[in-house]
Order: sequence, then C-alpha cells, then structure tokens
Amino acid sequence: MIEARELTKRFGNTVAVDHLSFTVLPGRVTGFLGPNGAGKSTTMRMIVGLDHANSGTATINGKPYAQLVNPLRVVGALLEAKSVHSGRSARNHLLFLAQTQGLPASRVDEMLELVGLRDVAGKRAGGFSLGMSQRLGVAAALLGDPQVLLLDEPVNGLDPEGVLWIRNLMKHLASQGKTVLVSSHLMNEMAVTADHLIVIGRGRLLADAATDEVIARGSGQSVRVRTPDPDRLTRLIQAEGGSVAVSTAAAGTAAAGTGAAGTGAAGSVTTAAGDGRPPDSGEAPVLTVTGLPAPRIGELAASASIVLHELTPQLATLEDAFLELTADSLEFGHFGSEPPAAVTDGSPR
Amino acid sequence: MSAIATSGQRDTAPARRGGPAGFGRLMLAEWTKIRSVRSTVWTLLLFVIITVGLTALLSWLSVSHWTGPRAPARDATIVADPVGFIFGAGIGLGQLTIAVLGVLLIATEYSTGVIRASLLAVPRRWPMLAAKIVVFTIIVLVLAEIVAFACFFIGSAILHSRVVVSLSDSGVLRSTIGAGLYLTVLGILSLAIGALIRHTAAAISTAIGVVFVLPILSGLLPGSWGAHINAYLPEQAGILITHTHEVSGDLLSPWQGFGVLCIWAVLLLAAATYLLDRRDA
Repeated sequence: MIEARELTKRFGNTVAVDHLSFTVLPGRVTGFLGPNGAGKSTTMRMIVGLDHANSGTATINGKPYAQLVNPLRVVGALLEAKSVHSGRSARNHLLFLAQTQGLPASRVDEMLELVGLRDVAGKRAGGFSLGMSQRLGVAAALLGDPQVLLLDEPVNGLDPEGVLWIRNLMKHLASQGKTVLVSSHLMNEMAVTADHLIVIGRGRLLADAATDEVIARGSGQSVRVRTPDPDRLTRLIQAEGGSVAVSTAAAGTAAAGTGAAGTGAAGSVTTAAGDGRPPDSGEAPVLTVTGLPAPRIGELAASASIVLHELTPQLATLEDAFLELTADSLEFGHFGSEPPAAVTDGSPR
Repeated sequence: MSAIATSGQRDTAPARRGGPAGFGRLMLAEWTKIRSVRSTVWTLLLFVIITVGLTALLSWLSVSHWTGPRAPARDATIVADPVGFIFGAGIGLGQLTIAVLGVLLIATEYSTGVIRASLLAVPRRWPMLAAKIVVFTIIVLVLAEIVAFACFFIGSAILHSRVVVSLSDSGVLRSTIGAGLYLTVLGILSLAIGALIRHTAAAISTAIGVVFVLPILSGLLPGSWGAHINAYLPEQAGILITHTHEVSGDLLSPWQGFGVLCIWAVLLLAAATYLLDRRDA
C-alpha cells in the first residue's frame, strides 16, 4: 500500500506537487493520470525518496521508503529516465542491484529470462533499443519480487507488442495481490489497464475513483444521429423525453465508435452546437441526442418513416472525462475555440 | 504471459532468504560496478603504464645523459634525493589517472542515471558512498603500493651506476609507502570532488585544477603568505611524503604534509556526504 499525505514539492517558485493526498491499494492497477508537467514523476520520485518533499509524507506499507531495510524487495520502481550505465551489460546492472539486496545471482538470470533479454544479457546496455531498455527497467523493478510497483510512463515509446506486454504484466501483478501504481498521460491506455484512477493536474488531486466511475462522471452518454429531416425527428424525440442538440454536420470524420475525437457531446446538450466545427451545408445536420437509447431513436424514426443516415451511440471516454477534469489545470493553458480533443493524439488503441 | 505466470510461483523464494543489507553486500555491489565498466579498468591500466613507464624512461634518460654539460644542476638534485626524483617522474603524471578514476566512479553515476538505481537500492544514501570509497581505497591502495615499489626498484636499478639508493636508507621506505598513500588519498579527494560536482567533465577539470593548476597559481602569489597557501594545498602538501628528507624552506614535515592532504579529503567527503543526503537525485 502506498500512502501520500499532503505531499508538496516546490522547484523555486513553481509548485510541482501541491498538498497531494491519496492511497494506492493492493490487488488492482491504479492509474496515475495527468497532463505532462502535472507532477506525476515528481510525486513518484518523492514516494521512493529520490526527491525530498518540502512538506507532507509518503509511506509504503506504513514506512517511509528510506527506512525500508531491503527496499528493492518491497518496492520495484521503473522511472521514466534511463538509469543504466551505457557501458555496463544488462546482467551486471542487475547483478549489482541484486547484491545490494542480498539476492542470489540466479535471480538475475531469471529476470533476464522473464523480460526476454537473456540473449543480450552480456551486451552493453548502451546499444539497447528503447524497448529493450524498458524491459531491462522492468527486470530491475521486479528483481526483488516486490509487493509494490511504481511504473512511470512504462509504455512510452514502446511498439504495440511491448505495450501489450506491459499491460498484461501489470494486470498479472495486480491479480497476485500486489500494489501497482502506473503513471501515464495516455488516457486510452489507462482506460484498458487501470482499475482505479488517481487524476492530478498542476500537482493537485482532481479525481480518485474507480476508472468506470471517472468515465461515467465525465459525461452522460449520447447518441449521434444524422437525418435529412431533423425537425420532425427532433419533435418525436422531445415528445419521448429526450433532448436534442443540432449542429451542422461535416464532423463525420470523428471516430464515432470510440468518441475519441471529441464529439463535444460531453456534459450538456447545448455544447454540441457551435463547438467549433466548420459549418458544412451540404450534409445532413447532426443531432446529438441525450436521454434516449439508440434503439428507441431508431424505432421512433422507423415509425414515422424518417430516413436515418447515421445512428451511433457515443460512449463517453476516459479522455473526455480526463479533459474535463484537467481543463483548468493544463500547464500550457487553454485552446480557445479548438475542440478539447486536440490536446491529445486521440488515436484509439 | 506464461513466462510471467511461472515465475510468479518461483519468485517468492529468493526474497525470503538473507538478512538486512549489510555493508559487505554494498561493497560487493560497488566492486561489481567498478569491474563491469571498461573505463575504470582502462584508467587503472593506464595508471600502471604511465607511472612505471615514465619512471623508467626518465631515469634512463637521466643516466644516459649524466655527463652532459647542460645538466649538472639536475644531476645534483638526483644525487641529493634520488627517491624524490624517482617518484617525481612517474607519479607526477600518473596521479592524474587516479584523480580521473576517482571522479569517474561517482560522476558517471549521475551522467548515466545509474545513481537513481543505486539510491533506490540504498535509500539511506551514505552507505552507498561509503562502500564505494572503501572499495576504491582498497583497489587503489593495493595497486598504488605495488606501482610505488615497482617504480622504486626499477628507478633505483637504472640509476644504480650513478647513485646508489636502497630501501634501508633513511626515509626511503617511508617515501615509497608514502607514494602509494599519497595516490590513494588523492583519489579519495577526487571522488569527493566528483560527488560534489556530479558532472563528469566539470569534476575532472576541477580535480586537475586542484592538482596541477592551483600550485602554479599560488606560486605566483607574493610574500610569505603566498608560500603558506602554496604549502597547504592538497597536492603540494601531500607530495612531501615522497621526499626522503625535508628541504630547507619546507613549511611542513612529510607526515604533516600528508596529514594536510588527509584533512582536505575528509572535509570534501563530509561536504559530499552532506549534499548527497540533501540534494534530489
């Protein structure tokens, strides 16, 4: 279990982490989410004692990291930056770490095997690709079979296979009852990996809840409808108790299934109109319907013989929820009339 | 996933073995760090080659040009203190490699990021530095004493036709052992500089500045206070222990000079340890 209490870190006049309190429980993957510069790495570095907090405490199983006797047997940390001498072999890097903890050298070979670096164990780590370096970092983190794992942006720069490997590894470790805290600025990655989310922005806690809850809290579900006869359909829907927002189409490029391109449906129906999309008179207008499920809308249209060009349920994504939460805390400020999804590379995984 | 799953059953076993982290383990880890990087091995090799090679070369050159008309003053100094000449030749340059090694040992941890792994493993921090210093001291002391005695025997054998000097002569054994001690403490001082500055190039420059440049600069200072400053500089004070006897004008005895060097090293190490604890890694 990891506990942060009122953690605060200042760099000069900048407050990187601001009275941050949270608890990370064992047995599940906890995502540590926030935009770049939100203070994720600094918080993790404070948890493992690399950075000193200006005030507040961080403990692991009730103890500050510095008081752990064989810390690598309790906590495994994969931090963002490389921490391997380029001239040292992978095996020797793990060997010296194992020796500090009184672990046998055979454990080093086990880890090299586990992360798939056995064949390059004797090679200088300086020649490793990013993916291999990450794997070596994972091997170092798992060396002491720790109960607590901290992974800072572990999938950064990995190929899809590597991403999947890390994702499965984290889930597997959590299923063994370990405490897993993984930071990321990729919401989609967290949506499929984390059971629980701690969201921070500008060093402050924005949310600490189950992933589903964070998504649900972000925005209600909506249905995207395109029809050449919007007025009649709108009346029908409103008669059924749904609400409708009309916007001129053109945004048909949205990855509708995932909603990742920011349909603007988030929150209230009124935001859908005039959400910055360029007008396009040639297409059927888009209705964003809330309060009615897609099948019911289809039935209504059929009963009145209204032609539908599109009927797509819009799932609120973690990304929408995240952007809503962090809208005020982005280090680089607001984006004017741009749709908020432009902040990320909303590509669905 | 199958690989992960199978290890999951096994990997609780090693964690149950063994007690708390002892200092011996940390020394073993530091030894692994030193031996597993080429630059440290090469620097030690360079130290041996430069020191022994230069001693032999300069001794041979002196002997072969002994009667040369342009060299009587030099010949006179060799006759006055042959041991000081022997050690002055090779160690003058060889000490540079030891200083560089001391700096590299800690500064490269910062430049490569290994320091993060090291401090995650030893979060109290100072035991890591202490283990590093102990291992470094053992390696350098053993090697430097071997090199010092090798220099003495090679140098005295080459000079034999002109000057006869033996280990049993007054002050000779102390000078020879002292040469190894001097190199070792100079290395520790350099390691402290590396720990304080944390950037390899800047730390090496500083160490070289302390060993080679400061004595020259302070030598330019006028009057007796300039001489005093000069005498108490680490290199100037420490090298006295390689002289068989005091020369008129020496402000410190050989052992006093060595003591001054040790005080420098201890002060810098104390500062390095304090900052290691206080600074973010």
